[in-house]
Formats: sequence, C-alpha cells, structure tokens
Amino acid sequence: MKIIVLLKRVPDTEAKILINSKGSGINEEGVKFIINTYDEYAIEEGLKLKETVGGDSTVTVVCMGVEESTEIIRTALAMGVDKGIHICDAALEKATPAVIATVLAKAIEDNGFDIIFCGKQGIDYDMAQTQAFLAEKLDIPQVNVIAEFKISEDNKKVFLLRRIEGADEKVEADLPVIISCAKGLNEPRYASLPGIMKAKKKEIKKLTLADLDSSGASEEKKSTIINWLPLPKSGECKIIEGEEPGEKAVELARLLREEAKVL
Amino acid sequence: MNYQLSEEERMLQKTAEDFANKSLAAVAVESNERGEFQEDIYKQLGELGFLGMTLPEKYGGVDFGNFCLALSIEQISRVCASTAVAISVHNSLVNWVILNFGSDEIREKYLPMLASGETLGAYALTESNAGSDIGSIQTSAVRKGDNYILNGSKLFVSTGDKAGVVIVFARTDPENRNQGLAAFIVEPDFPGFSIGKVEKKMGLKASSTVELVFEDCVVPVANLLAEEGKGMEIALGGLDGGRIGIASQALGISQAALDEAIRFARERKQFGTRIIDFQSTRWKIADMVTKLEASRLLVYAAAKSRDRGEVTTKLTSMAKLFSTRAANEIVNDSLQIHGGVGYTSEFLIERLYRDVRALEIYEGTSEIQKMVISREIIKEYDRIFPE
Amino acid sequence: MNDILIFGEIRNGELKRVIKELVTAGRIVTEGTGGSIDAVLIGKGASDLSKNIAGLGIRKTFCVDDNLVEKYSTEGYAKVLSDLITDSGYGYIFFGATAMGRDLSPRVAARVDGVMFSDCVDLRFQDGRCIAKRPVYSGKLFVEIAPVGKIPVFITLRPNNLPPADSAAGETETEMRPSGVMEDMIRALATEIIPMAGGRPDITEAEVIIAGGRAMKDSESFEILGELADLLGGAVGASRAVVDAGYVPQSIQVGQTGKIVNPKLYIACGISGAIQHLAGMRTSKVIVAINKDSNAPIFERAHYGIVGDLFEVVPALTEEIRKLL
Repeated sequence: MKIIVLLKRVPDTEAKILINSKGSGINEEGVKFIINTYDEYAIEEGLKLKETVGGDSTVTVVCMGVEESTEIIRTALAMGVDKGIHICDAALEKATPAVIATVLAKAIEDNGFDIIFCGKQGIDYDMAQTQAFLAEKLDIPQVNVIAEFKISEDNKKVFLLRRIEGADEKVEADLPVIISCAKGLNEPRYASLPGIMKAKKKEIKKLTLADLDSSGASEEKKSTIINWLPLPKSGECKIIEGEEPGEKAVELARLLREEAKVL
Repeated sequence: MNYQLSEEERMLQKTAEDFANKSLAAVAVESNERGEFQEDIYKQLGELGFLGMTLPEKYGGVDFGNFCLALSIEQISRVCASTAVAISVHNSLVNWVILNFGSDEIREKYLPMLASGETLGAYALTESNAGSDIGSIQTSAVRKGDNYILNGSKLFVSTGDKAGVVIVFARTDPENRNQGLAAFIVEPDFPGFSIGKVEKKMGLKASSTVELVFEDCVVPVANLLAEEGKGMEIALGGLDGGRIGIASQALGISQAALDEAIRFARERKQFGTRIIDFQSTRWKIADMVTKLEASRLLVYAAAKSRDRGEVTTKLTSMAKLFSTRAANEIVNDSLQIHGGVGYTSEFLIERLYRDVRALEIYEGTSEIQKMVISREIIKEYDRIFPE
Repeated sequence: MNDILIFGEIRNGELKRVIKELVTAGRIVTEGTGGSIDAVLIGKGASDLSKNIAGLGIRKTFCVDDNLVEKYSTEGYAKVLSDLITDSGYGYIFFGATAMGRDLSPRVAARVDGVMFSDCVDLRFQDGRCIAKRPVYSGKLFVEIAPVGKIPVFITLRPNNLPPADSAAGETETEMRPSGVMEDMIRALATEIIPMAGGRPDITEAEVIIAGGRAMKDSESFEILGELADLLGGAVGASRAVVDAGYVPQSIQVGQTGKIVNPKLYIACGISGAIQHLAGMRTSKVIVAINKDSNAPIFERAHYGIVGDLFEVVPALTEEIRKLL
C-alpha cells in the first residue's frame, strides 16, 4: 500500500508572532520552525497503518516549502517514514491552496498513492483548504478531522469517526481517500536515535516546478491579503455591577454572548 | 547563542527536548514528590536509544558520542535531574567502562542489554572511608578457583537497587594502595549480593541512592575488567566522562532555573511594577545567563574534545567545577527572585535548589576538581617551562 | 455575479442558528453589489425548515431533500451546491464555520474554481469587493483578505461574530430542487451520528473551562460548575488547593504543576489567582473571574469580573445561559 503524508513547516506554537516592519507578513526573526502540529498525527497514523497492512507498504512524506523544510522531512524519516519528497521552488512562496493542491496532486500522482493523511490545518494560515482542493484535483473522497481510524480486512475501505459539534459522526469511505488528522487520534512517536541514524540514509527527492511539469503555479492569483492586523490590546477587567447576584449573572451572560462572543 | 549544531544534533536535541517536555514532565512532579523511580521512563529511554549513546552499533548502541550525550542530559535535566543522573551514570560510567576494559565476551554479554535499556547500570565506587580518596577502598576481592569472592560494602550507589549490572571496585592487593584495586561486573543475583540502606536524600528523589553489601559474593573470573591492579585507572577513566555528564546536568538545571526566574519575574508585580523591571532582578538575570553560556562553552568543548579522542582530564574537571558552581549560583538567584513562594514545593525552583546541591559533590567534589586541574596545569608547565 | 448564496446547515433535523448571521453577512455584500440573497437547505426536512428563515428578505430558498442527501456526504452535497452555483452564477457563497461548513465549502470552491476565505470573523464591502477579516497563526494575528478578479468567493463565517439578521420585507420563494446526486458519486458517507455521552472533554482540549478554587467547599459543590460546563460542552477545572484537598482528581488541575490550558472561555470561580494558577490559564481568550474578594489578583487578569458569592452567581449564570442557547 502506498501511504502518503503531507507535511508543512510552520512557526512553533509557542512562538510570539509579530507583524514585520513592512506590514506584509510576519517577522520571522528568532522564530523557531517545527513540523505543523497536526501533521505529526498524520505521520503517526500513516506509520501505524503501514504496520497494520504490512507487506511492501511504504510511507512517503510530501512537503512543499522552503529549503529549510528538509529538516522536518528528515525528522519524519527518523520517526519511521520511508521516503521524502520535497517540492521547493521560489515561485511557490505565496501559493494559495488551489495552486498548492495542483502541484501536490502532480507529485502524488507521479509517486502513486492509495491513501493520504494530512493535518486538519496548518497552524500558520489556519485555512484548512488544501485537503479538499487536493481531493478534488485527485478526484477522491475526503474525510475531515478524524478521531478514530480503522481499515477493512481487504484494505479497500476505511471506517472513521469524526468529531463534530456535540457528537461523533461515523464515516465510511472507499480507498483511495484523503484524511485529515487532529489531536486525540493518536500519540505521535518520537524520532528515536536509531531512527535518526537510519534517516541519514533515506532518500529525500527534491523537485522543482519544472520537474513536475506543472502549470499550477502559473494560475493567476485569486486573492490578496490587504492588511495584517495585530490583536487588540486586552483592556481592564470589566467589573459587572448589579443589585443582586442574579442581575450580575444576566449581564455577564449578555456580555459573553454579544461583546466577547464566546457563547 | 548559536552552537552550530549539525542537523543530526538538532534532531537528537529535539527528541530529548520533546521527551522531557511530554513524557517526563508528565511524571516528574509526582515521582520527585513521592521519591519514586519511574521504570517505565527508563524503558522508553532505552527504546529511544538514550541508553546506548556512546556504544557502537554492533552492541546495539547508536554511537552518537559524548557531545550528543551532553545535549541529551542537558534537556532531560531541565525537567528531572534525577532521571538525568541515572542516564549519565549508565552511559558515561558503566557502558564506557565495559566497552573500554571488558573482554569481547563480556562486551557481547552485557552491552546489548545495557544499550537497549533492558537493564540499567550502576557504579559502586564510594565506601564509608573512601569518598574522594579512592585509594582507601577496603572492599576485598580474593581469587578462589574460577571466582573472586567479594566482601565489603559500597555507599551512595545511584540506582544500585534497580540495576542489573553493577561495576564494583574492590581491592585485590592489600599491600598496594593505588595499584591494588580491580573492577568487576556484578549482577544482583550473584550469591552474596544484597541491598543495604536506602538513603533519604535532600534532593534527586526520583533516583534511588543505596548501599550495596557483599558477603562472600561470588563473581566469576570472567567478570574481572582488564586485570588486577587496573581498578584505579578504570575508575578515574570513567569519571572523566562521567564528569561531562554531571556538568551537562548542571546546564539543564541552570536553564530551568533561568526559565523559571524570567517567567516568574514577568508575572509578579510588586509596588505596582513587574519585578522583572527592577534593576536588582535584571542584574541577577544578566549574571545568570552569562554564567550559563560560559558553562555551556566549557562543557561542550570538553565533550567534543573527548569525542576526538583527546585526553580531557583537565578540561572535564574545569567544565564540571565551573558549571556545577554556576548552577548552584543560578538556582540560588532564581529562588531569590521568586521570593517566598520559591521556598514552597509549589514551584519547580524549590526542587531545583535541592537537586543542584549534589552536583558539586558527586563524581568528584569541587575540591577534587581543583586538585585535578592544578595538578594537570602544573604538570604542563613543568613539561613546557621546566624550573 | 452580484447574487449571494447562503448555505443552511441541517443537523439532527434542525437548522443551525448561524444561518441568520449568514444573512447578515449576505446583506453586507448585497448592499455593495445590489444583488439578492438566496439560500439553500439540503437534507431531510429541508422544506419544513425553510419556514424558519422566512421574513429575512431572502429572495429564494432552494430545498433539496431526497434519499441521497438524507445523510451528509461531502461529495453529494458538493454536487448539489456546485450545480446550483454553476446554474445561477453566484458571486459569494456563505457557510457557517462548523464541522460541515469547513468540510464542504473548500470542496465546492475547488470544484467551481473559486477562492475561499476560512473562519472569517468580520466582513466589509469596499471598492466593489468584499473584504474579510480572519484570524491567522492560531489567533495571534488577523488578516484582511480580498478576492482578485471575478470569481466565486466562498466564505465560512465563525458563529457568534456577526449579529443575527433581523426581519426584512419581501416574500421568500421556495423551490424544491432535485439533488442530481447519483449513488456512485458518494465514496465517503456519514453513516451514523452518535451524540456525545456525558463525558466531558479533557481540559487541555476544552473550548470552555469552568474552574473552581479554594472557595469550593467539597467535591459535591463542584456539581454546580459541572452543570454549567455540560451546558457549554466544556470541562471542569480546578486550582491546586482543591486538588490537594482531595475534592477533585489531579487530572483537572490547571496551573504550573497541573495542565496548561487555552480555552476560548475560562470562568474562574472562587479562585484567587495565585501566580502558579495564572501561569496555566493566562492565554485563555476570555477570562471571567467570580470571587468574593474584590482584591483577588485574578481580577487583574480577567476580562470580566463579578464580585460575589459563586454559589449564588454560578447557578444564576447557568440558568440565564440556558435561556440564551
């Protein structure tokens, strides 16, 4: 079985994110970059599936991103992934999900695939679109944000559980399929030291747009970010006044709903 | 500071960091409070390769070397110094000694199980009358046919009650103080081996420290490392690397103390001001971070020098002396920044304060390090600029 | 391209509330384009449920209700929507940023060669185009993003950000529409929905945490917090003091020695706000403090505060929120 896992390099969850001096993006100075958190669950599920299915199954990570992304690919290889594909091309720097999907689809088709795992979203732009765009390009079904994964005996069907609002949704899907993963699905393994040693010898195939013969990047731009805005400063604590506790509670509920918008 | 780690070193550091922050942090508070040894943690450390870091692949090791071991111990120490000391003893004392002084047969027998973490190693050197003064060891080993018979007891053996492999130093020649020692591999199920007093310590509570008692303990001749009379050389050779381990432990504790201090000082307000904005706090922080980075330079240099196969006696002693002293000062300053709450067990700094004290004592006190350093530097002068 | 389509999500036989907010979003755009707002409801009971959005100034509501769309499938629903969009040439298509909306919208966008803005929190219309505001980097920043050229724009809107639309004049025409879905188009299908059992989410994952501190008297008193937590699908948290007292398990302890949490809403009840507790919850989006002591340090970190007895305030709050939801 050919298992594909999508990988993205993003700023560390703990990093302080500030707008750059031009106001055209974030200031990357001093920011540590990591494997997109949700992609770790995708890697783990891919590796687990390989262990389940056995045979000559392979797990291949596909990563589009800057030169430095090699390091996260290497980490995935150290976790047990067999092979890496790194698509690195300056023309893709600000690619939109549609373009990314076009390019990824080409690389994945060239490699061959039976199932694709990805994170539920990148923790940088938080768009959560690439999966669906890619599914459409490859003409395969998609299942989003799963909490449980099982495969049929004949490896042709998957049984999934999606966490939706206040309920779990059981989903059945035919292979090939693309599945997005989130926290709770599994406990991603560490890159072990023997794994790090072995990773040195594994292949990372480097591709540019020319190699992929992909017209995707020439697609015209469909959207533009016109402003980067910082978070509004958190103000003073608003002490809710009232005659008696019930009255204060009513006012609090109103503020939480209408002002803070958390209810 | 940028220490120009290779991709592989960064990956290893990240694995150690992640393991410390997730798996270890999840149990560290409780196991230190209750004084519990976390067997599961060592099992995981073994699976990840941290217990065979300096061993060749043919013995199941990963052969990453002393510098990578230092990076790993540093990360583990940030979260649990007790676990770090066990890793240090296991790798730099036990594994190193067996690799360098064991026969092929002994290496094949013991190293794979040590590398995989199937069993832990302990180092039984100290006795009630032989601390810094190794030449005063009294535990005796008498050859009787195919065995040695050991009698005596060893103190302050880290994880001595959990280990499956114990390196024991004993006297084979009562007449020859320094050249009359030998090192043996002892397994807990050898007849005559028992565990004595379990120490109640001030800190490092998630790692046990015990007395080991040998009453006519039968050890096969094959388990003698190198030969009779080599004991002192083996003990000191092991400590050369062990001291880098302890120095790395100092780095991790110092980093944790610095992190805690800055985190706390940013939150804490007094007189309407965050205490991090007071000059008294800032000067402390400046001193702390400078001492920490200076320690790192020394410790990393020592580890890299050992990886190049150089004689590191003076450098490792300097690294240990400086970094463990610095760690004690940094932890002390961090606690002072915390004020009253730092004195309660609610805050990590309280544990760090208790743990860090051991570092200037074990594997050679600061005083011993100074003896070593001065002896070595005077030797160098005597050679280069004779009187 | 001047008209707007809004997607009405049917779950468990009910129409999701967010649809009224989508109407508001639609109005922001149509005020600029001069177009009309249409709605589409897919699934069982679509026709009946369409009555819920009468009187909001919607021009036409399409109802699609046959066997093949009875249960949600990305591909089935995407087929319905893409056909409708292709037939009618909508310029903007709005979804709630729900599990379904987040799944469906990008698939349809991909199919009709559109562009999508996810999880938007605000909209404005300027220079002939809609500008959407959305959080990035896990809510650490926002961007304003606009479409380029004449293409269908898909927007998922986070619930509770725009006000629900008030009534507006005009009849809403209802049109039953065949799904056009064939069985073999659906390769992934939701077969069953299992309502979540009483089990509460883990505090590290919960979006809402109701936490109790020293003022809690015993383990039973935590039930009033549990009631509010369950109502909001959240978790109950605790400070170290009550964990040490043995009232609640360590697994729900928030703070430096407990867990670090980051919910959207953190309600601290009878928690003074010791620094070690604050360290575990300071990144919560909205912090509410309920405490008898007006000098408690928790008020310095909170966005909203009530000085009062939690045993009076919390039950009243639960009752009020139950009415609102």
